[in-house]
Amino acid sequence: MWKVRIAVPKTAVAGEVLTVKTLITHPMETGFRRDTSGQRIPRNILSLFECTLDEQPLFRATFHPAIAANPYLSFRLVAERSGTLTFRWEDQQGKEAKATHYLEVTR
Amino acid sequence: MSAESKMKPLTRRSCLRRAAALSLVSIMPLPARATPQTMQIAMESAFGDRPITPGRVNLDLPALAEDGNSVLLGVSVDSPMTKTDYVRFVQLFSPENPLPDVARFEFFPGSGMAEVKTRIRLSADQTIVAVAGLSDDSLWSALAQIRVVEGACLDGLI
Repeated sequence: MWKVRIAVPKTAVAGEVLTVKTLITHPMETGFRRDTSGQRIPRNILSLFECTLDEQPLFRATFHPAIAANPYLSFRLVAERSGTLTFRWEDQQGKEAKATHYLEVTR
Repeated sequence: MSAESKMKPLTRRSCLRRAAALSLVSIMPLPARATPQTMQIAMESAFGDRPITPGRVNLDLPALAEDGNSVLLGVSVDSPMTKTDYVRFVQLFSPENPLPDVARFEFFPGSGMAEVKTRIRLSADQTIVAVAGLSDDSLWSALAQIRVVEGACLDGLI
């Protein structure tokens, strides 16, 4: 299964804009390559990434084969309240990987 | 007579007509690169014929990439990101890759800032296009030219 790495601060001050970095191991096989016997290697990519705070969407990404292997993302979010951040990746077959992170927001 | 006066202006109609004519001769199972037609189709299916204004988008790419398999790209949009005035999405296009679509990023007022970094694949020298859609339905764009020394692997494709 895919390995996930996430970098988010554990605590933040209300109103602070945070940087979130995520990395997931995945070949992102384009479907344009051929193996040594000339057979086309079928496409196998992650097509969706989603970040939510207690079900509220904060950021979403749709990927195409032009995203490099082991997709890396860095994006921003504003710390409004404490809650559980959920990170979810989905591949083209609907198989998913999930990670959660509790963010504590202080006033 | 100057050469300039002979040139026809490039209109949407003339582009579409040319695309239609070309599609008859280019019957290939899979294009090794996006053609001007597939790029045009990708842009049109995303935005129709809505006007796109250059500006407000910052697209950050190196001028030269040694390895097209992984190129760091940063994109951000100038916006206050309030509940009434925010960036809905940013979409990236690569005209010289086998597929013109690269990625689409969606933002929400809680995103705080419309700023993303990721790593992309590039198969040849090209001009990457970023289009941002704002909450007032306006579209903004930025271009970034990049030279690629070693293109992303296409193994045996023409």
